[in-house]
Amino acid sequence: MIEVAIKQQLGAFTLDAAFEAPAGVTALFGRSGSGKTSIINAIAGLARPDEGRIVLNGRTLFDQRTFIAPHKRRVGYVFQDARLFPHLRVQENLRYGGRHDEAQLVEMLGLGPLLDRHPNALSGGEKQRVAIGRALMSNPDILALDEPLAALDAPRKAEILPYLEALRDNAGIPMIYVSHAIAEVARLATTLVVLRNGCVQQAGPVQDVLANPASVALLGRADAGAVLQARVVAFDEADALTVVETAAGTVLLQGQHGVAGDSLRLRIPAQDVILSANAPTGISALNALPVTITDITPGDGPALAVGLQAGSDRLLAQISQRSARAMNLSPGKSVYAIFKVTAVTPDLGVRG
Amino acid sequence: MSLGPAEWAAVWLSLQVALVAMICAMPLAVWVAHVLARKTFWGKQVLNALVHLPLVLPPVVTGYLLLVLFGTQGPLGGLFQSIFGITFAFRWTGAALAAGIMAFPLMVRAIRLSFEAVDTGLEDAASTLGASRWRVFRTVTLPLVWPGLLAAAVLGFAKALGEFGATITFVAAIPGQTQTIPSAIYGLLQVPGGEGGVVALVIIAIALSLGALLVSEWLAHKARRDD
Repeated sequence: MIEVAIKQQLGAFTLDAAFEAPAGVTALFGRSGSGKTSIINAIAGLARPDEGRIVLNGRTLFDQRTFIAPHKRRVGYVFQDARLFPHLRVQENLRYGGRHDEAQLVEMLGLGPLLDRHPNALSGGEKQRVAIGRALMSNPDILALDEPLAALDAPRKAEILPYLEALRDNAGIPMIYVSHAIAEVARLATTLVVLRNGCVQQAGPVQDVLANPASVALLGRADAGAVLQARVVAFDEADALTVVETAAGTVLLQGQHGVAGDSLRLRIPAQDVILSANAPTGISALNALPVTITDITPGDGPALAVGLQAGSDRLLAQISQRSARAMNLSPGKSVYAIFKVTAVTPDLGVRG
Repeated sequence: MSLGPAEWAAVWLSLQVALVAMICAMPLAVWVAHVLARKTFWGKQVLNALVHLPLVLPPVVTGYLLLVLFGTQGPLGGLFQSIFGITFAFRWTGAALAAGIMAFPLMVRAIRLSFEAVDTGLEDAASTLGASRWRVFRTVTLPLVWPGLLAAAVLGFAKALGEFGATITFVAAIPGQTQTIPSAIYGLLQVPGGEGGVVALVIIAIALSLGALLVSEWLAHKARRDD
């Protein structure tokens, strides 16, 4: 658990952020220049805020009277550019900060074949895996990751993400994950802190923040969308569809995802959700969940963001003002939320 | 083209003076270069100017200032005499001091450039891994500036080997005591029939300088291959 409340003037930019990061993965999300990196630099002690305080597991790292040096903070830091020591082999890099859980981490991050290599002989994805291993082997109290995937192409991202998920689920160490990619955030985070211009706009459990209609205006048309927890029921081989159960009802996904019993996280972009007053018939979209409108707020641009209660889950839809008027939508009204199988981005989560 | 005992003494003395000058100047040069490359403080430009002074002053002036400061009657000369028992005036130690001071700015420049080329992000990364500032310096910064230190060592050695003006002003050219290769060459040129010794000393000077250069190239190559 880390509590952050800091102010810092950086030229014309003012950072004034306060949030708490409980166990799990806390994503700091925002556009570039929103102050994400400044915050984790302050947590790691690489920058000194003008005022405020940072408390990690009850230990004050920074306040008016305290400034703990970076090497005494026990904050593991994975940089966007890995920052491996070029004059040391992978194994020496890994052991630089200690040998905590060495065998286990080498195994989990698949570093065995890389140990004798020099960093300049590694791919971008391999470098990040080594950087993650190196930070964890120093046995930190918290792991800060600054856009560890931003410099990687899509296949390399796909290579690293499962390792990060395994860390979240197995290592038990709290993580602060800086990102401007909503797909990564939706997949990894348990807590979401949305930053804009150096200020915290929203913070809370990732499902709550992403399902909040107010986040549509904040995150933008492309990134807004609720996240549902789902469990795989079956795979329909004939049509290549995965059947999953959510609190909102049965959902179909394109292609095979996991096996029966697996947990999935589904991200359903708000702009891909259609609202229908009646149970849909004669429509190609296969997913239709009965939902109740909870609130209607301005969305991104002229559109409206509609919050939907679907069983114990929440969904988000983005519709035009004309549709809302024509359908006479208002809070409390029951409608159907319709979306194509291809609209859903499923990510394998915790097994069990 | 033969060398008498006085000329051979000059060769060995030059090597001794240049090596001692370079080795003694090195730690101080590393420290000053690091301060100039990384720290911001009031008076930084003054320190920078002071370091570069021997480069721009006429060497004879530097030699005279050394004589005033480090002579037996000089304030610093007396201090060194009473604390360490080291006398500079008209001794080989004085030649080494003069050579070291003349080589110092060149060494600081070379080392400062390599400090500035080190990505401070790597040092930050090391500190988040629990390394104290001294450990970061020792295990990350120094290994990365190693080629720069080599270059500075060769440059400093070569400069110390060739130092003439400040040395001859400060400690004169006493054969076997303070006469180095340059002052021996100069001395031989002043007497008739000295040309043979001059040519031999010139060839030795060229060989030593080239040798230093080759050794540094070899060390740098080895350092790269070990990486």
